[in-house]
This record gives sequence, C-alpha cells and structure tokens, in this order.
Amino acid sequence: MHELVRTIKYEADRVPGFGEEIKSVPGCENLQSCIQCGTCSGMCPLSIYMDYTPRQIIELVRSDFKNEVLKSYTIWLCASCYVCTVECPREVHITDIMYELKQRAIHEGYYPKRFPIPVLAREFFRMVFKYGRVTENFLATTMMLKSNWKGVFSSWKLGLKLISTGRFPFKKEEIKRKDELQKILSTVDKLSIDMLGGISHLGNGTKKSNNNHNNHH
Amino acid sequence: MKKEQVRIGFYVCHCGHNIASVVDCKAVAEYVAKLPGVVVSRDYKYMCSDPGQELIINDIKEHKLNRIVVASCSPLLHEHTFRTATEKGGLNPFLCQMVNIREHNSWVHTDREAATLKAKELARAAVHRVMFHRELETKKVPITPAVMVVGGGIAGIHAALTLANAGKKVYLVEREPTIGGHMAKFDKTFPTLDCAACILTPKMSEVASHPNITLWTYSEVVKVEGFVGNYKITVKHKPRYIIEDLCVGCGECINKCVYKDPRFPDEFNEGLGKRKPIYLPFPQATPQVVLIDPEVCLKLKTGKCKQTCLEGCQDRKAIDFNQKERFSEVQVGAVIIATGFKTFDAKRIPQYGYGKYPNVFTALEVERMVNASGPTNGHVVLRDGREPKSIGIIHCVGSRDKKTNKYCSRVCCMYSLKLAHLLKEHTNAEVYNFYIDMRTPGKAYEEFYDKLLNEGVHFIRGRVGEVTDWAYAPGEEGKLVIRVEDTLAGFVRRIPVDMVVLATGLEPQPDAADVQRMFNMSCGSEGFFLERHPKLAPVNTFTDGIFLAGCCQGPKDIPDTVAQAGAAAAEALVLIDKGFIEQEPNTAFVREEDCSGCKSCISLCPYSAITFNETKKKAEINEALCKGCGTCVASCPSGSIVQRLFEDEEIFSEIEGLLVDSANGKNFAGQSSGEKRAEVMAK
Amino acid sequence: MKYCYYPGCSVKGTGRAYEESLLAVLNALGIEYEELEDWNCCGATAYMAMDEIKSCVLAARNIALAEKAGYTEIMAPCSACYLVLNKSLRYMESSKPVAETVNKALATANLKISKKIKVRHPLDIILNDYGLDRLKKAVKRPLKEFKVAPYYGCQIIRPYSTFDDQYNPTSMDKILTALGATVVEFPLKTRCCGSSLTGTLPEPGLLCAYIILREALRRGANVISTGCSLCQFNLDGYHDKIEKKWEPVRIPTLYFTQLIGLALGIDEQTLGIHRCIVPLSATIGQPVNS
Repeated sequence: MHELVRTIKYEADRVPGFGEEIKSVPGCENLQSCIQCGTCSGMCPLSIYMDYTPRQIIELVRSDFKNEVLKSYTIWLCASCYVCTVECPREVHITDIMYELKQRAIHEGYYPKRFPIPVLAREFFRMVFKYGRVTENFLATTMMLKSNWKGVFSSWKLGLKLISTGRFPFKKEEIKRKDELQKILSTVDKLSIDMLGGISHLGNGTKKSNNNHNNHH
Repeated sequence: MKKEQVRIGFYVCHCGHNIASVVDCKAVAEYVAKLPGVVVSRDYKYMCSDPGQELIINDIKEHKLNRIVVASCSPLLHEHTFRTATEKGGLNPFLCQMVNIREHNSWVHTDREAATLKAKELARAAVHRVMFHRELETKKVPITPAVMVVGGGIAGIHAALTLANAGKKVYLVEREPTIGGHMAKFDKTFPTLDCAACILTPKMSEVASHPNITLWTYSEVVKVEGFVGNYKITVKHKPRYIIEDLCVGCGECINKCVYKDPRFPDEFNEGLGKRKPIYLPFPQATPQVVLIDPEVCLKLKTGKCKQTCLEGCQDRKAIDFNQKERFSEVQVGAVIIATGFKTFDAKRIPQYGYGKYPNVFTALEVERMVNASGPTNGHVVLRDGREPKSIGIIHCVGSRDKKTNKYCSRVCCMYSLKLAHLLKEHTNAEVYNFYIDMRTPGKAYEEFYDKLLNEGVHFIRGRVGEVTDWAYAPGEEGKLVIRVEDTLAGFVRRIPVDMVVLATGLEPQPDAADVQRMFNMSCGSEGFFLERHPKLAPVNTFTDGIFLAGCCQGPKDIPDTVAQAGAAAAEALVLIDKGFIEQEPNTAFVREEDCSGCKSCISLCPYSAITFNETKKKAEINEALCKGCGTCVASCPSGSIVQRLFEDEEIFSEIEGLLVDSANGKNFAGQSSGEKRAEVMAK
Repeated sequence: MKYCYYPGCSVKGTGRAYEESLLAVLNALGIEYEELEDWNCCGATAYMAMDEIKSCVLAARNIALAEKAGYTEIMAPCSACYLVLNKSLRYMESSKPVAETVNKALATANLKISKKIKVRHPLDIILNDYGLDRLKKAVKRPLKEFKVAPYYGCQIIRPYSTFDDQYNPTSMDKILTALGATVVEFPLKTRCCGSSLTGTLPEPGLLCAYIILREALRRGANVISTGCSLCQFNLDGYHDKIEKKWEPVRIPTLYFTQLIGLALGIDEQTLGIHRCIVPLSATIGQPVNS
C-alpha cells in the first residue's frame, strides 16, 4: 500500500538569508536572474540521477530552502563539467554555486556519515595539507575504507590491473617544503576573517551559515 | 540693458516631491529675494501648471517685471512652457531663463544641505545672466511638402498610403527589387490565420498605382543633407538591366533564358528554391518587373551569351544590358524610416545544428515551404523529400540569451504557435513546441494559444540546450534527438524528431549603423533605432523631421507595425500641414567690423553654414542653416562671431554669479550682494 | 622558449603514460621544458568542494614558484590542473580582496604573483606554438590504420576556452589529421566522462563512460584519443563493470601524446602504450612501433 506523504512548505521551513549568503560570494551574483528555463538540467549528463535538478536547486536556493538543498543528492552528483554554466542564457554560474553548496554541506555535516564523495574531499584535503601532493592509490584506498569498505573487494581486480601496468606506484608523493605550504594554508584562515569580512562564508577554515537550523543529519 | 532698470521675477518649483524632498525651496526663494535686480521671488508647488504659469503672467503685469528666471526641471521639458507664459505676460519669451535644479540637482544628490546650497548658487548664476538677455525673434523656416519613406515593407507601405491619401507627395524607396518586405514571405498571419499575401498585395498594388507616390525599388538612400523641413536626399538606383517603364512582367524572357532549368539559390525562398539569372522575385512582385542578377548572368559576367531572353521580350525591347546605376536628388520635408529587421542567423548557435544536420530548418524556411507558392508547393518535406513524422519547434533561438540577444523578440511564440498549427494541417506529424514562457499578449492571442492546446500539439516547457544525432534509446536511430528538462512535469526527456524548426528572433538590419549615421539618429544598445521617449514619443527620433515605423525601432507584430506606421505618418503630416517650423534663435552672426577675413570658421562649421564673401572679404553665416552649435564662436580668433542666447556678457556674468565668494558674500569687484544690488537698482 | 612543466599528481600515478609520452614527444619535437621545482597539488575539484580560497592559494603557490624561477608560460597537461590554475588566476583578477588575501598568504613563504603568467595545455602548445606544418614534416610513421574518436573532455574547453571552440573543438582533430589518422565524426567530444563519480558513485559515473565508449564504436572508431588523465582512466579502467551492467564496448583509449609519439616513430615502451588496460592490440592489429 502506497504511503501517503504530505508535502507543503511553510514560510517557517525557509532559512531566511541563505539565498543572500550564496549570492554574496563573488561569481554567484547572477543567481537572481535565473528564468527557470531548464537548459542546465537538460544539458547536465548527471541530472537524470538527481533528486532535484540543477534548475530546481537554483530556485530552492533563491527561496531560502536551505535544508532541502543541502540534504539533496544533487550537489554530490555534480561532476563540475561546466556545461550548465556555459549554456545558461542568463550566465548563472551554476557550477560555482554547486561548489558553494558542497562546502557548506561538508562543514555543517549534511550528509550520511560514510557517503563517499565528501569523504573523498576531506581525505584529499588532509593529504594535500600533510604532504603537498596526492598519491592516488592511497587516497582511493583510504576513501574506500572510510566510506564503503566492501568496495575494496569489488575493486581488487582493477587494483591488480593497475599494479600490472605500473599505474599503482607505492611511493608516497610529497613536496620538500611541506611546512611552507602548511603555513600558507593556515594563514588563509586568519586572513579570511580579516580581509574577506565576517564569518558569514569564510573564516576559521569552516564554512558556516549565519543561521544554523537543523544542521544535523 | 544698462539703460533700463532690470526687474527680475524668480520662481522656484517644488515639482511635488521631486525637487522639494531634497532642496529646501523656501530657503532658495528667500535667498534669491536678496540678490541684485530681483523684485519678486516665489516658490510654488507646480510651476508648469496653469496656476503656476498664471503667477508669472500676473507678476509681470503687476510688478512690471522685465526678466524671468524659473528654477525647476530640465529645459528640454518646459523651456517652451515658461517662454510661452512669459510671452503671454507681454514680455519677449527669450527674456526668460531656466535653471535645472531637478535633473542636475535634486535627482542626483541626497545631501539636503549641499543640494540647497547648490540650488542657491545655480539660481544666483542665472539671475546674473538674465540681466544681459536680449529680445529675440524666432525664425519661421518653410517646410517642403513632400515625405520620403525609406523601406517598403508593411510599415513603409502603410505610412506611404496614409500620407498619399492625405494628398501629400511621397517617395517610397525600397532596397529590394520588390516591396512587401518580410510579410510577403509569410503564408498565414496570426491570430486570424489570414493569408499574408491576400491582405498585403492589394496594398502593394495601391502603392504602385497611387498618383502621389513615386515608387523607387531596387534603390537606396546614399546621402542626406539639410535639416528638418528641408532635406536634400540623394537616392541611388541600382541597375536591373531592364527598362522599368517598358517591362510588363510577362516573364517570356525568363522562359527563353539559355539556362533551361533554374539553378541559382532563390533569395525569396530562403535558398530552398532555385531561380534563373533573369527572374521575378515572386509572382506578385510589385512593380511587376523582372531583373537580371549580374553575378550569374552569362552576358553580364562573360559577355558571351546567345541572349535568347531578347527574343522573349520581342518588340517591347525592355532588356538593356548597358544599364548603369543612376542617381536622383529630391527635396523632402520629413523622412519616415521603415527599414525593418533581419532574422537571427541560426548558425551562431552551433548547438542547434543548423547547417550541420540537414533537417534543421529556420522558421522562415518552413514558412516558405508551407506556402502554396513556395519552393515545394506547400508540401512540408525533409531535405531528402520524405515527409516528417515528428517535428520539434524550438522557441527563443537567439533571444532572451545573454550570449546572443538579451531581449525577447516578441513575435516568436506567436509564430511558433502558428507554424505548429500549419504543420499539423499540412502533415500528420507529431508536433512539439519547446518554450521557456508562452508569450501571447495581444488581442485574441491567448485564445489562439488555447486553440493550439486543443489541436494535440505537445507543449513542453523547457529550453532546449542542444540538438544531436547520437542515439541511446531504441527508436532514436537516424533521428535528431532533443534532450530537454520538462520543467512542468519535473523530469528530463529525450525526444527523437525527424525535423527541427528554429524560432529565430528578430535583429536590426546589418547596416543599421550606416543608416543611423546618414540620418543622424541614435541606436539603442541592441542596435534598433532609438525613439525619443519609449512611452510618449515612440515614433519620433531625437532629430526633428525623422520618424520611425515598424521593426527597425524594435521587434513587433504586424498590428503594432501598422499602428506605428500610421502614427509616424500623422507626425509627418503635422510638420507638413503646418507648413513651417519655428527655429530657435540661437544662431550665430558675424560682426562685420571685427571680422579679419582669416577664414578659420568656414571649414569648421559642421552644417556648412558659413561662406566667405569675396567682395567684402568677410565671413557670412547663413542663419537658416546655422544650428547654434557654437564651434565658430569659440574658434574665431578676433572674437567677431556672436551667438544669440550665448553672448559673451551672458556667459561671463553667469560665471561671475557662480563664483561669488560664499564665505564673505563678495564678488570679484569686492562688492557684497547688497552693494551689487544697490548698484544695479540705481542704474 | 622554455615552458615550465607542471605535471600534477595524476601523471605521477595512474596517468604515468601521459607524462612518459608527453615528455618523449616534447623531446623529439625539440620543445624545451623543465619540471617546476617542488610543485604542489593543484587541489583539483576536491579542494574547491572544501574551500575556494584555499584552492586558489594552492594553485597560486605553483604559479608564484614559476614566476620566481623566471617562467612566463606553464604547461599543464592534466585537464583538471589546467582548469584550476586558470580559474585561480581569473578569480584573483576579478576580485581584489581575493587577490590580496592570496598574496598575503603567499608572502609568508616569500612568494608573490605580480606578473602575468599564462597556463597552457599541450594541445594548444603543439598546435599553435609548434605548428601543424612542422608536425607533419616530423611524422615518420603515418597512422593510416587509426580511426580516432577525439575526446576532449570538459575541463580544457569549459568554462574558459582560450584556444578552441567551446562547443565543437578541433585542435586535437587537426593534430590527429596531421599525423595521418582518420578522425571520425564524434558528437560527444566534450561530454563529461563521469569524473571522480566512477569511483565514488559508480552507477551515474559509469553510465557517462559507457555512453562515450559506445558512441565511439558506433561511429567507426578503433581508438579514442584523450588529453586528460582522469578521462583516460574512466574510459580505460572500468570495462569489466561496464560489460557486466550493459554490454562490452572494448576500444582502447590513448593519450593524444601517445598517438603523436607513435607517428613520430617512438617505440611503444617509451610511450607507455603497455600501460593501457584495454590494449591497443584489441582493435589495431600488429604492434605499431616495437
């Protein structure tokens, strides 16, 4: 028996200021000009898997429906191929907006705990901070272990093939002046507060919205 | 002016909230009351209104004023109003000076104190200036009672007929070999589905036979000289290689042409059909005269041809291979520009595959196909001759897009609906319309949309990103696939179609910039000619005597075009019926005794108004041509050229008025306002 | 002119063949280059997902190092690196506060970005700097039996297209034709390959790769040519899974530099041809250059 679901959105479901916050990021201002034509969704190769299409995401962001947006699958499915941005007749930078949403979702924890994509992003981040470069096989293995460790079993064949063709180096890639890089990156945190203004979207290395309604998952 | 005492009346307008919300008008009036020469100083809510003007008229009589200063809006708006009021009060209208404290002050500043101070200073400058104003007379310049209409589409045709029926002489100049414009290419027109040719051709033949209209086709305007009421226009007549008066349009020459079959792309049929080197653009072409294309005619290109066309023409002998281009010069009083539009070039959007995939057509191409006298006799077919079983019409091609044209082309939704209807009539195909918004604002347009909804056309709200030929699902092989988000249903769809029709938008003609320069008009940011005011003066331009009609001013449908053409004709009639225009007396003249005969001014005049009198060895200015630009005045080394309304004393005293030292209230001569006032009053 | 060579993390790992073939080709053609000393990861798409200023700073360190070493042009073969470096430059140009933040951060390491440095892709360098005429003359072994589907991927074409058309790029086409190969008509030149989704969310990612492979075969190609290490990996590494889900679409995917190398007569071992998971021999009969 089909379970009835009631979906009506009240004004209380909105998180006022969310749309403004995204709009204030340099490059994302055109968000308001969207005419909801659907070109982005029509061209996006991944839109057929998304729960909200890119067009719907723009509308939700504009209308401050933060929870729906940050809990959606869409922002993780975006492969940042930029077709939407290039084809948009209003020049809305949809890909950049998707990146902003990814950032907020990661920092506020709006995704299932072992969801591979944010896990990958975090591991990538850590590896670069520590070593300055990424060693792909270690990264991929770590990501799999931390998200879906069963994936290790389905990928062992690919792993063997990579080893046999010499594409699975065991040497860790790293730069010489690691501390220099770490200093540079840490300085950005402080500067973001000083120079780029406030904690609204940059600061402390974390992306925080002004309003923190329901930021658990 | 030194002889009579100046008695100045000063009026500052509140303009409702427009000025008063930023400028303290009462304070300005109080300040000006203390300035030299000012007898009356008032502030009032709406100076341009009848009571406001009455104030001026009564004060002149009561207080024996002989100068008026009004501080209000831009002279462009009400200079004429206040000059007329001054005249009604019994003074020469040019003894009135306006100060702009709205566009130049209250509308651009927010600081109340600073804006009020600025208003006071501007008023003071005007008070000093107006003391030196002289009495001047306007000149009446006669208007040539003839009008030229540039462009022979429906706009030009309607304007020409309206003027001709009012008894005026009209020259209708059209670049193509026939009049009719784009409307002649349509099959049916929305929303009535009238046959375009049936409603257009009667008007075309009326133009051809009207005694007041001189119809020049295959001709272009090449030079425009003069000014409103007195334009001298040179028109170039391109050679048809046919003597127009002798040709009767029988078409025998075409039959006899050495090319047995038509071989060259036919412009009228958008390249879908073929024609011979000697051809008639379409069966109802007006005038009914053939022409020869020199690019492909053997005789004209190579000189070697049997010239069998001459046999076809027999005794009429209308063919003349030696015809050259001719020029005509005419004098007209007004010009109506009705040069129309061009369709957006679909090749600029490679995503839609026009030019790459053979079965992608533009709307105009399909319009020709659907037309019974078109290249396929009314059968809608693909390039290989098959009938399409599914057709996709894509709206907004080249319009509403920052990458091509930002504006909406206004007619495409309606003509896409019309094409959907015609395609359903002519084929058994499934028709899909892909749109962003359905724009159907006109009379009976929404009802037309409703009619289409009931005809089984599929409407999908989603802008198409691309048309491709890569197949994924079964049934897509060999077809053109449109992948689009059906935004209303909420999912992405792939729809294979046989034929794609692109609803291309409207753009200005490619040579709009040249026409604009020739007629001294302005263009808007999209390239269409600029009207004087978008709401209240849609057919006037900023140049007096030049009017606009039709799509050259902006995309519009036929009803609006005809309405605008009538409006332009009416405006032209106003000029011509009045018979004269009053020219502003801001012309320059040469003070002979001071002129040294150096001739510096002569080449500088942009209106060629200055000539050198060899006998007197002095420069002379033709005041009928002078537009008061001031170039010669500024350049004259001996200072012998004077411009009325901008004489040296007027300008210097205005500057002096501005530079009164606000700190101690003294002017350059060290006098305070009160001292200067006493001096002026005593004289 | 000596180009500053910025490899990126993938060509040291799964994209080894790209570096091997690229460097072999550059040497053979006489194009001078030098690897940027102590280069760091550009951040790719993952860093952008965490913090765009830090991503900008990561890229900026490399550009500043290049400036310090006196280079004016950086060659970035990996498409993602190419995009990130260009995007960071533009981000700094468009926003003064961002530029100041980045330079202040770099200053802690005595680095700065003050000059205009160009970041270019090898396709651009070979086509426009080296030139097709010279390339044609250098061809020793024309690739007559190769029917190539040119696959550009997305990052070198969108959103910035400095050297090629965004909708229908032809730089790789021209190079391949100059090598004597036949370039097939391929409408999916710039359709996304699935990016990192093939590893994280297999179903959508693999579908993207499958569509490209399938269409290439249908158009009559016997090899796909690409210019990005991730694209090559996606099109090369998942054939087992694709075959299981849909159907076999075995066609080898080579880097365009490998194809240039083959045409120049360089041996297959040097070019890393053996590193392809779907071997070249799957569709091209005999070994090309031993």
